[in-house]
Amino acid sequence: MNRNPTLKIYTIAYLIFLYAPIILLPLFAFNDSKVIAFPLQGFTTNWFAEMWADQQLFVAFRNSLLIAVTSSIFATILGIFAARASTRYKFPGKGGILGLIMLPMVLPEMIFAMALLVVLVAVGVPLSLFTIILGHVLLCTPFAMAILTSAFQSLDRSLEEAAYDLGETPASTFRLIILPLVMPGIISSLLICFTISLDEFIISYFLGGNQTVLSVYIFGQFRFPAKVPAVMALGFILVCVSICLLTIAEYFRRRGIAKTGGKDTGGFL
Amino acid sequence: MEQGSKKGRFGGSEAANGLLLISPTAIYATLLLAAPLFAVVVYSLMVDSKAGLAGGLTFQNYIEVWTGRIDRALMLRSLTVSAMVTLVTVLLAYPVAYFVSFHIRQDRKSLWLFLITIPFWTSYLIRVFLWKVILGYNGVINSGLMSLGIIGEPLTIINYSIGSMIMTLAHAYAAFAILPIFVSLEKIDRSLLEAGQDLGESKLRTFWRVTLPLSMPGVIAAVLIVFIPTIGDYVTPELIGGGKLPMIANRIEAVMLKQNDKALGSAIAMTAMAIVALVSVAFLLLNKRFLKGQK
Repeated sequence: MNRNPTLKIYTIAYLIFLYAPIILLPLFAFNDSKVIAFPLQGFTTNWFAEMWADQQLFVAFRNSLLIAVTSSIFATILGIFAARASTRYKFPGKGGILGLIMLPMVLPEMIFAMALLVVLVAVGVPLSLFTIILGHVLLCTPFAMAILTSAFQSLDRSLEEAAYDLGETPASTFRLIILPLVMPGIISSLLICFTISLDEFIISYFLGGNQTVLSVYIFGQFRFPAKVPAVMALGFILVCVSICLLTIAEYFRRRGIAKTGGKDTGGFL
Repeated sequence: MEQGSKKGRFGGSEAANGLLLISPTAIYATLLLAAPLFAVVVYSLMVDSKAGLAGGLTFQNYIEVWTGRIDRALMLRSLTVSAMVTLVTVLLAYPVAYFVSFHIRQDRKSLWLFLITIPFWTSYLIRVFLWKVILGYNGVINSGLMSLGIIGEPLTIINYSIGSMIMTLAHAYAAFAILPIFVSLEKIDRSLLEAGQDLGESKLRTFWRVTLPLSMPGVIAAVLIVFIPTIGDYVTPELIGGGKLPMIANRIEAVMLKQNDKALGSAIAMTAMAIVALVSVAFLLLNKRFLKGQK
């Protein structure tokens, strides 16, 4: 165990590297200077006020919220179908179908954003929030499916058979037995998809037409150096919100594992 | 098909149930993913002029992409950047995954993983921009060093360079490298390591001959998970490179939307996709070899 301290120091250094940019957020969000640089100039909450006064931000935020809620619900529903089918049934072409569904996870986003854009324009679908949702559902479904597959996998098949033996129909078995057991997985999938959608930039940027969402708004603000401190303030709030959401997601994921009697292997992915 | 009929009536109905259940998701993916990708393939074989897309299948666009100076240079740059990012990220991530897997108590592991993943669920754009803040001309490093009196004027080597792009991306994809390596390390039967040491191998040799080969599937998964999205990254060249160091995704945007040449743009996209697929298949085959070697 004499290598222990070196490894530990290295890991802690690595964690500092991981957290370095995020630690800067609150520093500059509260820094009383238009320029993002050291030394710090004193404490102010003006940037939060400036951010709060920006009407555009609220429009973008409302759009993002609408997209994230809708996409996470649809992606989770599609994920439930796919995860249930893949864990419970054998069917021809399973590998290919699952591969296609999981493809967005391993395809550079730019490529399928462009492919989708070209086709939507050719078919004549006007670019709007709706087209962003179409793209986000596609992007989130693999993540939903990955989370839900592990939830469905840890289901004990005999519980389901017991329900059939006791005279329940497949539909009522699903509602009464399976759904409650995978509920933590569903909630965790909703939260992860929500976070992915909220953070997503490329699809929102190219498929949104003239509609702005939060990530596109932030990207636009970076062009004006004077606006950057307010973006730092916004970023700080977003970081706090996503840490809260993730803690909740993690809580449900652990509860789900405890419920089905599995062992915690950790991690979302 | 054959499998279903072999199993008789029950197998058939199981296959039908499975297909029925997966059909909403499969149809969605077909309509919004397979069909658009197919359309791009078709576009890439057409010619885009002012009159619009014209038929007649031709490889003209591909020839242009492969011989064009800009396209080739950008493709090479994207490949170099993502290869470097992959190398750096995986090398830096391995010891962390190793530490969490081998030196952390079982019930503490998920807390550590949680700590590692938190930074990655915060806005990607803001994270990338913060690296610009750190590395930029008037950035944290430069202004910090200057106010400490260590340097007289800002260092220019750290901003707007390929190096700072690699650093930013290595940070952005760190968790994606740590997690698969961690998972494969967790799967290693600890008694194998004891056996190695009982047979007189040193710790380092046990690591080299047992742990590392057994964790290779995780390393290869990490390589793919980092390599594929970085090669198509759009935000980092735009923000960190200041638009002066475009990569292939920026080129696709420029050709498709600014020059409005959908055929050529499609050909670039398809070429990039083919390269990604080629690299992925190569690594997957490598993975298969490792798995075969084990059993």
